[in-house]
Amino acid sequence: MARAVREKTNSVVEIDASGILTRELNTRLREATSNGVKKIELRNVYGQRYIGTDLGKPVEIEIFGTPGNDLGSFMDGPRIIVRGNAQDGCGNTMNAGEIIVHGHAGDITGLSARGGKIFIRDGVGYRAGIHMKEYGDQKPVLVIGDTAQDFLGEYMAGGILIILGLNLKEGETHRASYIGTGMHGGVLYLRGNISNFQLGKEVGVAELDEKDHMDLEKYVGEFAFHFGHSAKEILRQKFIKLFPLYLRPYGRLYTY
Amino acid sequence: MKTYLPPKFIVERDSNRCIQCQVCVNQCSFDVHSYDAADDEVRSREENCVGCHRCVVFCPTNAVSIRKNPLDYRENSNWRPEVIEDIIKQAETGGVLLTGMGNDKGYRVYWDHLVLNASQVTNPSIDPLREPMELVTYIGRKPDRVEVSDGALKLKTKLAPQVKLEVPVMFSAMSYGAVSLNVQESLARAATEAGTLWNTGEGGLHPKLYKYGKNTIVQVASGRFGVHPEYLDAATIVEIKIGQGAKPGIGGHLPGEKVSAEVAMTRMIPKGTDALSPAPQHDIYSIEDLAQLVYALKEATDYTKPISVKIAAVHNSAAIASGMVRAGADMIVLDGLRGSTGAAPKIIRDNVGIPIEMALASVDTRLRQEGIRNQASVVIAGGIRNSGDVAKAIALGADAVYIGTAALMALGCTCCQQCHTGKCAWGICTSDLALTKRVNPDIGARRAANLLRGWSIELKDILGGMGINAIESLRGNRLALRGIGLTDTELEILGVMMAGG
Repeated sequence: MARAVREKTNSVVEIDASGILTRELNTRLREATSNGVKKIELRNVYGQRYIGTDLGKPVEIEIFGTPGNDLGSFMDGPRIIVRGNAQDGCGNTMNAGEIIVHGHAGDITGLSARGGKIFIRDGVGYRAGIHMKEYGDQKPVLVIGDTAQDFLGEYMAGGILIILGLNLKEGETHRASYIGTGMHGGVLYLRGNISNFQLGKEVGVAELDEKDHMDLEKYVGEFAFHFGHSAKEILRQKFIKLFPLYLRPYGRLYTY
Repeated sequence: MKTYLPPKFIVERDSNRCIQCQVCVNQCSFDVHSYDAADDEVRSREENCVGCHRCVVFCPTNAVSIRKNPLDYRENSNWRPEVIEDIIKQAETGGVLLTGMGNDKGYRVYWDHLVLNASQVTNPSIDPLREPMELVTYIGRKPDRVEVSDGALKLKTKLAPQVKLEVPVMFSAMSYGAVSLNVQESLARAATEAGTLWNTGEGGLHPKLYKYGKNTIVQVASGRFGVHPEYLDAATIVEIKIGQGAKPGIGGHLPGEKVSAEVAMTRMIPKGTDALSPAPQHDIYSIEDLAQLVYALKEATDYTKPISVKIAAVHNSAAIASGMVRAGADMIVLDGLRGSTGAAPKIIRDNVGIPIEMALASVDTRLRQEGIRNQASVVIAGGIRNSGDVAKAIALGADAVYIGTAALMALGCTCCQQCHTGKCAWGICTSDLALTKRVNPDIGARRAANLLRGWSIELKDILGGMGINAIESLRGNRLALRGIGLTDTELEILGVMMAGG
């Protein structure tokens, strides 16, 4: 029976997701993790949503196929590896954990994430990294291998967003416009060409300092490790740093 | 720049009564009163007075009275004083007019044009003091039909999660940061005592209040502040906030100066930064997207609690409500034109949205027509003032109501509409630690619980007078209502007959 949960070792199970709907699949994931499973291999995933939500344990889930929207939404701890593409809302309001996508991701990747790390090998859709925040020692990191669509890092309030532009051709600029509009916290590192008009009016452009280089080396290093790139090669090209010009972009808007 | 704004109020101090005790000086958070030691006299800066009456109530000798400054501009029905003064303010600052509380304009209050029925001769009225009378209301999705097992009278149908309210009146969403923690604690404790619910608003849940989780609705709004697994798990209902009656379609900016260390901890953001709530939720651009978030929250809470969706009442609420129910909402909330706020652009508050009575009637009608009214509880908010309004709302089709302004008035609010300044002299809508102490949670909880107790008794009286003994029998029973002074179109939308008919 194809659907069966197959136990590979004590702590590793394989679940065949073909023909299983979202709710049932997530119930099985909950059952497996509460039984102390440390690693789950999910085969034949075709659009099931919310994978990784409400597990709250440091389990590793390796997904073969295409997970549906809201992958890892409200996630608090698990590590998800996607052997395929992710869709919209990947890492939505995530608190802790890690998502590694060997492909591209859709719109609002990392929306409102407060912690954890997201690595996307290829590009992302619109409004990626929007309203990312940070709190205390929780600092979300989103690394995008290729380029993004408009409103990248809009309202960004914290965290680290890195966009590498690895597949941009010689002389080609990034796709996104309105990068960092309304940004009032966090930092965005950008590699590859960009024109001034593509930046939101609340962001400033700066050269990287030592701390920036350290962060970049760390997270680009992790990115390169996940996807078999050379971090050195990536870091050889110039990065720029985008930062919020104002911590209170809308402070002088009102009258009493 | 010299301001052209005249004082709104006149402060009168009866020198025969004033004992220079300076209570007014200490109580006023708007710097109206000051003590002149040289002359041993208390003086006033009337231009600062907002008419909150804190000094009047606390003056031990009743020496202070606050009167409206008559401001006898030349009479003009068009260019009224408020219009002139708004223009002056904007000319002097170039800003968006900001205000607090609900719409204060003279839009028709339909509750005041609806009257309730009572039993006479043909069916007996009931005296609730001596006969059982039930206000219990269950919030949550109801099944299309129920099956009962033979013999044992046990329900075979598996019910969706239901939340029991002893009285169908809940406290509206008011976030920590907008109101103080003492206010939230007062409401949480009053809700626990009365067997109803309070709502965190979108500012997270302070660790001190987790113990009231069973009586707590937590909000997930566009800012996603303080939303994490324990927050969702702590609550009894999770509410997605799409909109607010005071500012439909508008986001929010909690200014950095209100983001104290405690507010920052609860919202999980750095101290002193602006807390920006985007106007839309960027993962919801359609009913299908709403369904996605509804089910994301159901997954995140393992389908153990109702998921609510709150919108501002706008022109096409009925169609939107149908979509919300179909998107999986177990409770839908409509917040009307008169709904309140801690801060909103005045032009939005005063001009956007529709009266809650019309929204409720049209939504209830629409859901009935589509045969899906049972799939979600309908809760309304925005201007419920007393138990009469509650009874009328339930007769018009609501399962329960939210009260915000009325709850704050129980704690002392006099509706001076200065919430947005953060200086609330009653210590309600402020994060100033000296001011927030003015609401003592022991007393606040007592006052808010007293209000609910009073309303409960009155609701039972109303039901008894109609000869019915359960609020269930009033729900959506529009025959219990008649209209007065309404046009045919208004009566048609409300679905009630003219008095006498």
